[in-house]
Amino acid sequence: MSVLFTIFWIAVAVVAAMALGWLFRWAAVAASRGEARRALKTAPLAASFGMLVILIYVVVALFAPLIAPYAEREVVGAQFLPWDATHPLGTDNLGRDMLSRLVYGARNTVGIAFATTALAFFAGSFLGLLAAAVGGWLDQVLSRLVDILMAIPALIFSLLLLTIFGTSIVTLVLVIATIDATRVFRLARSVAQNIVVMDYIEAARLRGEGLIRLIFREILPNALAPLVAEFGLRFCFVFLAISALSFLGVGIQPPTADWGSMVRENATLITFGDVTPLLPAGAIALLTVAVNFVVDWQLHRASGLKE
Amino acid sequence: MSESSAKPVLLTMQDIHIDGRSGDTWSPIIKGVDLTLHRGEVIGLIGESGAGKSTLGLAAMGFTRDGCRISGGMIDFDGIDLLAIPERERRALRGKRIAYVAQSAAASFNPAHKLIDQYCEGPVQHGVMPREKAEADAVELYRRMRLPNPEEIGFRYPHQVSGGQLQRAMTAMAMSCRPDLIIFDEPTTALDVTTQIEVLSAIRDIVAQFDTAAIYITHDLAVVAQMADRIKVLLRGDEVEESDTRSMLAAPKEDYTKSLWAVRSYARPVQPPVTTGVPVVSVQNVTAGYGAADVLKNIGFDIHARRTVAVVGESGSGKSTTARVITGLLPPRQGRILFDGQPLPPDYRQRSRDQLRQAQMIYQMADTALNPKLRLRELIGRPAEMYLGLKGKALTERIRDLLALIELEPEKYIDRLPSELSGGQKQRIGIARALAAEPKFIICDEVTSALDQLVAEGILKLLDRLQSEFNLAYMFITHDLATVKAIADEVVVMQNGRVVEQGPKEEMFQPPHDPYTELLLSSVPEMDPDWLTRLLADRAARRAGQG
Repeated sequence: MSVLFTIFWIAVAVVAAMALGWLFRWAAVAASRGEARRALKTAPLAASFGMLVILIYVVVALFAPLIAPYAEREVVGAQFLPWDATHPLGTDNLGRDMLSRLVYGARNTVGIAFATTALAFFAGSFLGLLAAAVGGWLDQVLSRLVDILMAIPALIFSLLLLTIFGTSIVTLVLVIATIDATRVFRLARSVAQNIVVMDYIEAARLRGEGLIRLIFREILPNALAPLVAEFGLRFCFVFLAISALSFLGVGIQPPTADWGSMVRENATLITFGDVTPLLPAGAIALLTVAVNFVVDWQLHRASGLKE
Repeated sequence: MSESSAKPVLLTMQDIHIDGRSGDTWSPIIKGVDLTLHRGEVIGLIGESGAGKSTLGLAAMGFTRDGCRISGGMIDFDGIDLLAIPERERRALRGKRIAYVAQSAAASFNPAHKLIDQYCEGPVQHGVMPREKAEADAVELYRRMRLPNPEEIGFRYPHQVSGGQLQRAMTAMAMSCRPDLIIFDEPTTALDVTTQIEVLSAIRDIVAQFDTAAIYITHDLAVVAQMADRIKVLLRGDEVEESDTRSMLAAPKEDYTKSLWAVRSYARPVQPPVTTGVPVVSVQNVTAGYGAADVLKNIGFDIHARRTVAVVGESGSGKSTTARVITGLLPPRQGRILFDGQPLPPDYRQRSRDQLRQAQMIYQMADTALNPKLRLRELIGRPAEMYLGLKGKALTERIRDLLALIELEPEKYIDRLPSELSGGQKQRIGIARALAAEPKFIICDEVTSALDQLVAEGILKLLDRLQSEFNLAYMFITHDLATVKAIADEVVVMQNGRVVEQGPKEEMFQPPHDPYTELLLSSVPEMDPDWLTRLLADRAARRAGQG
């Protein structure tokens, strides 16, 4: 019976997600016009649902002080209080309101992950495209440098760097961005290498185009589809990497609310069959799935695939 | 028709309808075509690209490409209803009783396996013969296909064998189970004329020896005239007409068929050769190459304003390398390029913007020569913006003028992407992009070889008109001598990186020739069903005479 029950609830969740996606798409189409409207009309339900989830996360992150019932670091009661009317999700190991910390966690974890991914992307793809477009010694120097960085296991390397430079948020962002930029570099370079041999690049070179225009007008638009797909994946990896580092204690430092460390702090409750400590993990999972739904859809559009 | 109709019918296709999917809707590709094929008979399917030749050919195996479906009609292969039996049984027929030879053997062979392994796969899988017997059989067929070293060639990998040999190896492979029917899908389109002859004669002989029926798909009328007993002309999924080869060639009934025939007769008026004045481009004693090898060995020729110089030769003869030297992509080891009497810097990076502007290039594959993410406005507008400093309204005006010049309606096309154009239209955009720079000299690198004859003719006429309008000098790289006849003033024949013969067109097409020019000229298929037979007999006689 319990298996059937689980299947039933999964079905309900999927239907509810689709319904939400459908409603969101309807609202978004009504609210937009022009190119965006046409694009939204053809968006699959999964992508609409993903956009809705991302929108909710963004709103929550932006208006955290207004939404959260208590302050981020305020001790409001006893430790590990159960769910009730005053504390909808109970309290954590120090007696702070769990819901409030989840809300503030969105701001910290998502914000930092986004900044890190954007930085990694900007640096990685620019250098990758540059290496492919220029070739020769520049390509050799950059590629070997990236090889060296990639030869060291990512988690151990970031632990090492964070131990050396200290665990401020700025160093955290820079360290993870550097490590992830190497992966983006490799992808951007290999995609661009297939593009720079095309006749239209030769035509542009013979026309006398400068390097910057060559990269941004001729190569980048054609490399966008795989890079967009990579952005979605990379965002999830960065997100997980930050949470993992926080779980290990070198990421975002307490008392700042962060989903990764929240799981660790409250892990004891799992042994008592309480799902509360898994909620931050669930929040991470939901966002990664949502991001990938949207990225899949964008990838589809960018690559011009019909099926 | 005479002899073949006496033989039993092998394949009957009745009222075939095939749909292709675009987005969510199905649109018809084949609209009710009938086809009857007797044992041992060869039928030629001709038409432009998009006519549905390949789709119909594949349907003869009960097969459609992804995104297509057979929506109506009946296919009867030797008493078997191909559309009624399950896929498993159809698969058992394919390769065993019906075989397929693809256009590009180089792309169709698996590069990871030796030729003979791929040959044996069919007979062994279908249980026709054991592996040892299949291997012996392969050698026999390789010999019959006149492949060099038939005992050893099977143990090579596809990349170790030339294109013409691969195409013959593929035909041998299709023959491995002694099928009743073979479908040839443009088997010689990707080959040089001289190689094409060998493949054509080998295919023709082996089909006759085993009394195999064949469907021969091509867009080249002269080729189909050599191969087929009957010809069926297709246009946009409909049959135009069908009759036996000789009467079709002698007296085509339909206007469309006549128009296909007429293309071959286009030629521009003869212009007197220019010997005085400074040539626009002068290639002087150029030697160039990649790595250690020299691809070009001391070549030289001049191109004058308002004249078209055709550079002809097989693939690997150095035609395209010559273009790369002139554009500065490949600096020569020796020799130099003069432009209006002034030497050009050997590397394009050292050339001034004005020097780059003066010499433009039109590429063979418009698909890869136009950035697929840019709209026509930017594709054509960029050279005008860059070289002539046009902006805003003046630039838009110029783009409109250019589109009008290449006979595309400006309003309709200015904001399209290249993917929203047909092949011929894309090539026109390539021309417009070259013209936008207002050059004196344009290199046309096989600009018509990827196009259908009717479309190609339109492009040639356009280039011709633009030449007299803007005083352009053309260097026309091609392997197609029909194109040379149509457009060239002077001809440069290249072989293995050397110029073997050059001069005005009228002289080149008159004997006496250099032996290589002779070989090239005689290899161009003619619209005469006896041409191949006669040519082979001629060559055999000459060889016997020499020996």
